[in-house]
Amino acid sequence: MNINATLLAQLIMFALFVWFCMKFVWTPIVAALDERKKQIADGLADAERAKQDLELASRRSAEILREAKEKAGEIIGNSEKRASEIVEESKTQAKVEGDRIIAGAKAEIDQEVFRAKEQLRTQVSSIALAGAGKILGREIDAKAHNDLLDKLVAEI
Amino acid sequence: MSSEMANAATEVAHEAAHTSGEYIKHHLQNLTYGQLSDGTWGVAHSAAEAKAMGFWALNLDTLIMSFLLGAIFLFVFRRVATTMVTGVPSSLQNFCEWAIEFVDTSVRGSFTAKNNMVAPLALTIFFWVFLMNLMDLIPIDWVPLLMTSLGVPFFKVVPSTDPNATFGMAIGVFLLVLFYSVKMKGFGGFMGELTLQPFGKWGMPVNFLLEGVNLIAKPISLALRLFGNMYAGEMIFILIALMGGAWAGFSLGGITLFGSQILLSLGWGIFHILIVTLQAFIFMTLTVVYLDMAHQEHH
Repeated sequence: MNINATLLAQLIMFALFVWFCMKFVWTPIVAALDERKKQIADGLADAERAKQDLELASRRSAEILREAKEKAGEIIGNSEKRASEIVEESKTQAKVEGDRIIAGAKAEIDQEVFRAKEQLRTQVSSIALAGAGKILGREIDAKAHNDLLDKLVAEI
Repeated sequence: MSSEMANAATEVAHEAAHTSGEYIKHHLQNLTYGQLSDGTWGVAHSAAEAKAMGFWALNLDTLIMSFLLGAIFLFVFRRVATTMVTGVPSSLQNFCEWAIEFVDTSVRGSFTAKNNMVAPLALTIFFWVFLMNLMDLIPIDWVPLLMTSLGVPFFKVVPSTDPNATFGMAIGVFLLVLFYSVKMKGFGGFMGELTLQPFGKWGMPVNFLLEGVNLIAKPISLALRLFGNMYAGEMIFILIALMGGAWAGFSLGGITLFGSQILLSLGWGIFHILIVTLQAFIFMTLTVVYLDMAHQEHH
């Protein structure tokens, strides 16, 4: 319990310990702690940014999706319209074609009828002529009675 | 706190020391190295010899233990500092980081100026004092018994029960207080602080007396508080150990004393854990506060 030179030795030891602690313990550990603090802060900032990016991206993707849907709907609508148009068009075309064919057929029929009539008329006139000749007993000069024949043919 | 051991040791010590008084004295004597009365240098073998050595003697036990403990503290922290990773820390690193954060927060709380020395100083004080105090929890007879069997007459294992250790630290703190007072305020400013308040320039002698006492009281209270607490705690451990030392066969009194020793040393040991930590914390906090006052321009 005597006060002696131990006191001085302890004082020097204390000073050396504090110096060592400051130089080789405190400084590197605090530096590392600060470094970690910075890393964590950076990490959090990155996470925040990533979150924002994600939100932005999801909003954008939703928009794109919506646009795509809209566009798809539009396309479907257009194509439906177009399809009905095409159907409509082909219907009318078919109708026109049909009409045309019918008209052509009718005209041909008429022509055929006319031609048959004509043929018939000429045959009738020649038969009539032959009949008349037989009746009269002599040949009728076709030339001399041409106008008569024509008149007959017209009458038939 | 292994009372049986202490008990056995007490009996052995009794054979050597015979009376309770001698047992206590034996436990409170430092291993002192100095010049003996016959002119040679060596270790004192009695309290009287140690006293006769005067100032130029060294308490080897205090020096060895405090150096060892300080070295352990610095070694552990230094190892952590060199293997420090900024990623996921190991548990030892975690502990050191926690300790540093704890000291740093408490320094930030009471130290307002800027000084990079204060926080490491506080850390060193806290752990060094804590470890020195912690030696108090080693059963009091173990180390002296071991040392006696090795031929070493005395060995006090708790450096903070030696006033040399506590005053050594307190004076170190005091020198820092003086240094920073002069550095921050200038010599004139510091002198002015000592002499011009609280009564103005006409009460200079009174002011100087009051402020001088105030200044000197800082290291003395710092050293004596730690020393007193640890010394008293050690003393009580010794007294508790003496109870079992009164063992004289299976009598009612003997068994009661033996049981009391076990219970009391356990209770006092547990309570002492608090004191050990608290005293280290108080020493650290007061050091920081004193240094803060040294940095302040005005009181």
